Amino acid sequence: MNIITIEHIAKIYQVGTEEVHALADVSLKIDKGEYVAIMGPSGSGKSTLMNILGCLDTPTKGIYNFNDVNVSQMNDNELAKIRNREIGFVFQTFNLLARSDALHNVELPLIYAGVPSADRKERAKEALAHVGLADRMHHRPNELSGGQRQRVAIARALVTRPSIILADEPTGNLDTKTGEDIMALFNEIYEQGNTIILVTHEEYIAEHAERILRIRDGLIEKDEHVKDRYIPKKNGESKI
Amino acid sequence: MKDFLFEMREGFSISFRAIRANKIRSILTTLGIVIGVTSVVLMSTAIKGIDNAFQTGVASLGSDNLYIDKWEWFNNDTPWWELRNRKNMDLQDYEKYKQLAKLPLATAPTVWSFQAVKNKDKVVDQVMIQGTNEDYIKTTNLSFSEGRFFNELESNGGRNVIVLGSDIAKTLFPQGYALDQEVKLKGHKFKVVGVLEVQGSWVMGNFNPDKQVFIPIQNVFKYFQSESFRSVTINVRARNSQMVEATKEEAVGLMRRVRGLAYNEENDFSINQQEGLLNTINETVGVIQIAGLFITGLSLFVGAIGIMNIMFVSVKERTKEIGIRKAIGAKRRTILGQFITESAVICLFGGLVGLGIATLLSLIVNQFLPTSVQVDAVILAITISIITGVLSGFAPAYTAAKLDPVEALRYE
Repeated sequence: MNIITIEHIAKIYQVGTEEVHALADVSLKIDKGEYVAIMGPSGSGKSTLMNILGCLDTPTKGIYNFNDVNVSQMNDNELAKIRNREIGFVFQTFNLLARSDALHNVELPLIYAGVPSADRKERAKEALAHVGLADRMHHRPNELSGGQRQRVAIARALVTRPSIILADEPTGNLDTKTGEDIMALFNEIYEQGNTIILVTHEEYIAEHAERILRIRDGLIEKDEHVKDRYIPKKNGESKI
Repeated sequence: MKDFLFEMREGFSISFRAIRANKIRSILTTLGIVIGVTSVVLMSTAIKGIDNAFQTGVASLGSDNLYIDKWEWFNNDTPWWELRNRKNMDLQDYEKYKQLAKLPLATAPTVWSFQAVKNKDKVVDQVMIQGTNEDYIKTTNLSFSEGRFFNELESNGGRNVIVLGSDIAKTLFPQGYALDQEVKLKGHKFKVVGVLEVQGSWVMGNFNPDKQVFIPIQNVFKYFQSESFRSVTINVRARNSQMVEATKEEAVGLMRRVRGLAYNEENDFSINQQEGLLNTINETVGVIQIAGLFITGLSLFVGAIGIMNIMFVSVKERTKEIGIRKAIGAKRRTILGQFITESAVICLFGGLVGLGIATLLSLIVNQFLPTSVQVDAVILAITISIITGVLSGFAPAYTAAKLDPVEALRYE
C-alpha cells in the first residue's frame, strides 16, 4: 500500500522577475514500511522535496496524495493537522525547545493533538524510554549531549505513532561514532515496521536505506534499490 | 468547547513557561502596566474620595432646606445687576414670613460677617461669623461635642454667647475644655456655650460649619455691621423631603406678600436649594473624573505600547521556536492564542501588582481624603489589564501565527 504518491509535482519560486524551478517534474511512490534515502547535492531541490513531503510546503503544480488524501491544495491548518498526526520530523539541528526539558519536548506534539495531560506524560515517558533516555527526562537540551538531543528529537517524532518519519541530515551535526548510534536507532525503528524517509548528501549514510532516490536539478536522476544495505551494529545505549 | 478549554489550559501553561524563561524582561515589561493600573485605580479612588467629601459636606447642611435670599446662588438666569438692585431682606421680612408660614419645620434668619476670633494669643483670622437665632439649630443636622446651641433667651437678649465650629475650637483651644471659656471678637468678649462635632468637609471652604462660629444675630448688627449693610438669608427646613416643593411654593407666595409685590412685578428674592449646589458639584466632579481618567489612561496606553513592543521582539526572537511548533502540528490559532495569552498574563500580573500598590497608596490618600479602593475600581483594573494585554498582544501574535514554517525553521 502506498503511503505517498506524487504525480508530476513542480515547485516554482519567484525571485525578482526570474522564475526558479526548485522542482521541475517529480513523480514517485513510497510504500508503507519502506526505508528511503533522498540524495542530492545542495541546490538539487532535495530540501524543497522534503518540505513538500513533510507537508511544510505545497507544490506549485502536480498532485500529492498522502494516505490517499490529496494534500497538495490544503490550507495551513489542515496541513498542520497532517504534520501533527502523520509525520514525525527529525532535523539536523535537533530543533528542540531550549527552555523545556526532554519530557516536555516529547509531549509537545501530543499537546497539539489534544491528548489529555496524564495520558500524554505516560506516552512521552514511554517514547523516551524507547530511545534509551528514561533517566534523562528532566534534563534540558543544553544539559544533554548531541546524540542524546537527537534521541529526544526521535522520541518526539515517534510519540504520535506517525505514518512516516522524515529525517533531514539527522547525523549532520554529530561525530561519526554518535552518528552511527543514531543510524542504528533508525534501523531498529525501521525493523519495527515504520516508514522512514532520510534526506542526506552523504553516500555512506544513504546506504543505510533500502532505496535511494538521487535528485539533480529538480528531477529524479536515479531511483535505485540498495542491494547490500549497510546494517549498523546495535549499540548498548538504546533499549529496544 | 472541550477543545477550546483544553487549548486555553495548554496556552496558559505554555505562556507561563515563556514568562518564567524571561523573568527580567517580563518584570520590566510589566512595570509599564503596573504604573498604568496604579495610577488609574488611585485616580478613580481619589475622585471617589472627592465626591464623597462633597456629598457628606452637602448632607451636613441638611438636604430638605430652602434658603430665601436676595441672591440667586447657583443659577445665573437673572443678570447680577438685577439681583444687586433688589431690596435687601431684613429681620422684619423674616418675622412676617415666620408668622405666616405654616409648612416649615423650622425657620431661622442668618447674616454673616468675617472677623478674627481670639483666645488670648491664639487667633483665627477671617472666620465666617454666622449671626442667627435659637431656631437655627433646628434647620440643620449639626451635632455637639460639648455644650449646646444658644437658647431663645440668649438670642433675644443679644447675649455675648458663641458656638464654635470644630476646627476653630481646635485652633483656639488645642487642649480642649473650650466650654465656658471666653473668646474675643473685635474686642468684645463672648462666652463659649457649645462646640460642634466635626461636620463637613474641606471641599466646602467657608461654608464648612467646622470653620464657622455662631452668635445671636443682634450682636452682628450691634458690633460688626448695621442691619442694612447686608441682606438677611432665611433658612427654612421642610418637614421632610416630600414637603420640600410645597414648602417652596408657600414660601414664594408668602414672600411676595411680605415684600409687597404687585401681581405684575417679578420676584425680588430667590429660593435657593441644595439641589443647585449638588448639580454644581456633580458637574465639577464629572469634569475632574474625565480629565483625571484621561490623563492616567495615557500612562496605561504607554504601558500597552511597551507590551506590544516587547511582544514583537519576543516573536522575532522566537521565530525558530514558532517554526518548530508549527512543524510538529501547532495551528495558526494555537500560536495566536499562545502569544495573546502570554501578553494577557503579563498584563494581568501587572494589573494585580498595580492594584496592590494602589491599595497601599490609597491608605496614604485616606489621610487627606476619606476614601478606599472600591470594588468597581478592582474590577475595572483587572478588566483593563486583561483587555490591554489582549489588544497589545494581538498584532505581534498575528505576525507569529502567519509565519511560514519553512522560513521560520531556517531562521537563526
